[in-house]
Amino acid sequence: MNRQTKIEIRALKKIFPLKDQDFVALNGVDLDVADQEFVTVVGPSGCGKTTLLNIIAGLEKSSGGSVLVDGEQVSGPSPERGVIFQQYALFPWLTVRQNVEFGLKIGKKSKKETRETAQHFIDLVGLTQFADALPKMLSGGMKQRCALARAYAVNPKLLLMDEPFGALDALTRVNLQGQLLQTWQTEKRTVLFITHDVDEAVFLANRVVVMASKPGRIKEIIDVDLPYPRHVDLRLTPRFGELRNRVWAAVYSQELDMASYGEQVSGRPAQKKQEGK
Amino acid sequence: MKWFRNNKTSKAILNVAALVAGLLLWNFGYSVGLTIPSPIEVVDRFILLIGSGVIIGDVGASLQRVLVGFSIGTIVAIPVGFLMGWYWIARGLIEPYVQFFRTVPPLAIIPLAIVLFGIGEEPKIVVISLAAFFACVIATFQGVVNVDKTLINAATVLGAKDGSIFLRVVVPSSAPFILVGMRLGLGSSWATLVAAELIAAQQGLGFRMQQAQLYYQLDTIFVGLLLIGFLGLIMDRLLLLSELKLTSWQERRVS
Repeated sequence: MNRQTKIEIRALKKIFPLKDQDFVALNGVDLDVADQEFVTVVGPSGCGKTTLLNIIAGLEKSSGGSVLVDGEQVSGPSPERGVIFQQYALFPWLTVRQNVEFGLKIGKKSKKETRETAQHFIDLVGLTQFADALPKMLSGGMKQRCALARAYAVNPKLLLMDEPFGALDALTRVNLQGQLLQTWQTEKRTVLFITHDVDEAVFLANRVVVMASKPGRIKEIIDVDLPYPRHVDLRLTPRFGELRNRVWAAVYSQELDMASYGEQVSGRPAQKKQEGK
Repeated sequence: MKWFRNNKTSKAILNVAALVAGLLLWNFGYSVGLTIPSPIEVVDRFILLIGSGVIIGDVGASLQRVLVGFSIGTIVAIPVGFLMGWYWIARGLIEPYVQFFRTVPPLAIIPLAIVLFGIGEEPKIVVISLAAFFACVIATFQGVVNVDKTLINAATVLGAKDGSIFLRVVVPSSAPFILVGMRLGLGSSWATLVAAELIAAQQGLGFRMQQAQLYYQLDTIFVGLLLIGFLGLIMDRLLLLSELKLTSWQERRVS
C-alpha cells in the first residue's frame, strides 16, 4: 500500500499496576495503518485490544513506546479521532438530533451548519423519522447508528470503533456492517475496528490484525485481498472461507495453547526486557 | 372479579377504601370514649379557624419559613455537592464536615441557634436550611460521582473540554440525583420546621399546636396535624411531578 501512514505505533507498552504483580496489557506492539485503510483487530478477551484503541484515542496513557497519528504524538483525545463505543454512549437526555449536534456545537459551528450537517448524517444512517426521539425509544441497532452519525458529524479523519456491533443481534449486525462499508467507501476515512467476531473482522477489513493475550501483543497480520464493494454473499465464497479459517486458526491456536499452559503464563514481571523485533 | 387487577382504578379504589376505613376506625375510637375528638368536631374546628383567619396566618408563616429555608439550603448544597464530586481536593476538605454534621439532627442545633440568633425568624430559617442542605448535598455529590465514565469519554472525543463536559454532561446526568435530594431535603425541612415552631414562635402550625396543647384543645391539634400532613404531601407531589418532567429521558421501569 503506497498511501500515507495514518497511524504509526512503535514498541507500545501498557502496564496496569496490580497489588502483587503488574499486569502487562500490551507489550511491544508495532503497527502501521495507512490512510483510508480499514483495519480490524481481533483477539481473545484480555488481549488488550480495547486498551490499544483507548491509547490511540487518547483516553488512556501508554506506559512506553509511541503512538503517532498523522506524524504527531497522541497526547489526549481529539475530535480528529472519532470513537464509537460498544455501549453506544449516547447522551440519554438529548434527542437523536441533539446527540448528533453535540460535537458540532462544541466545535462552535454556525447554527445553520450545525443543523444541516446533523440532518445530513441523521438521514445517512436512516434515522430521519427518529430525529426527535430520545435514545430510550430506540432499539440497540438504532442507538448504534445514532452514535455513528454523531461521530461522522465532526468529520474525524480516523474512526476508532470498539466492538460497536457486539451487543446487536446477528441480522442487525450484518446490516450495519454493510452500511458501514458503504459509508466508508463514499467518505473515505481510516477505520480501526475492534471485534471478537472473526467473520466480521474478515468481511470488513483490508487487513486483519490478530492479537494474543498475556501479554497483549500482535500475533499475526492477515491481508484480506477481497475487492470492495463487498456484498453479503461474499461470505459464501471459497476465498472468504479460506481467509476466515486462517484468522480463526490464528485467534484460537493461542486459546488452545493457553488451555494447556495453565496458570504459569498469567502475567509477566513488569521489568522483563522487551524482546527485539 | 375480572376488573379488579393491579391497575390504576383498582389501586384508587383500595386507597379510598383504606381512607374510609381509617375514618370509621377513628370515629369508633371516639364513640367508645377515647379522649380524642370526632372527625366532625375536627372539621368544625377547621372551618372555625379558617373563618377567624388564624389558620391562614399560621399556614402562611410556616410555608414561608420552609420555602425560604429550603431554598437557601438547596442553593448552597448544589454547588457544594458539585465541587465535592468534581474536585477531589474539595471533596477531601469538605467531606469530613458534611459527614459529621449530617449525623447531628438539625433539631439538636436549635438551642445553639436560639442563643446565637435570638428567637426571631433567623434561628428557624438557619435550622431548616441546614436540614435541606445536608439532604441535598450528599445526593448531588453522589450524582456527580455516578456520572457514567463512558459519557464523559464520548464528550471528550467529540472535542469537549472540562467546562463543557461539566455543563453538558455532568449537570444533566446528575439531575435525577439532585431532584431526589431536593425531595429528601424538603421532607427534612418540613419535619424540622414544625419542631422549630414548637419551641419558639408567635405564629405557625407548630406554634398553634403548642398553644392548643396548653388549653387542651385536642381538635385544634388534630387540625394542625392533618394540615401538616396535607401540605407536606402536596409539596412532595409537586417536586415529584417536576422530577418526572425533568428526567423523563431516563429509562425506568414502569411502575
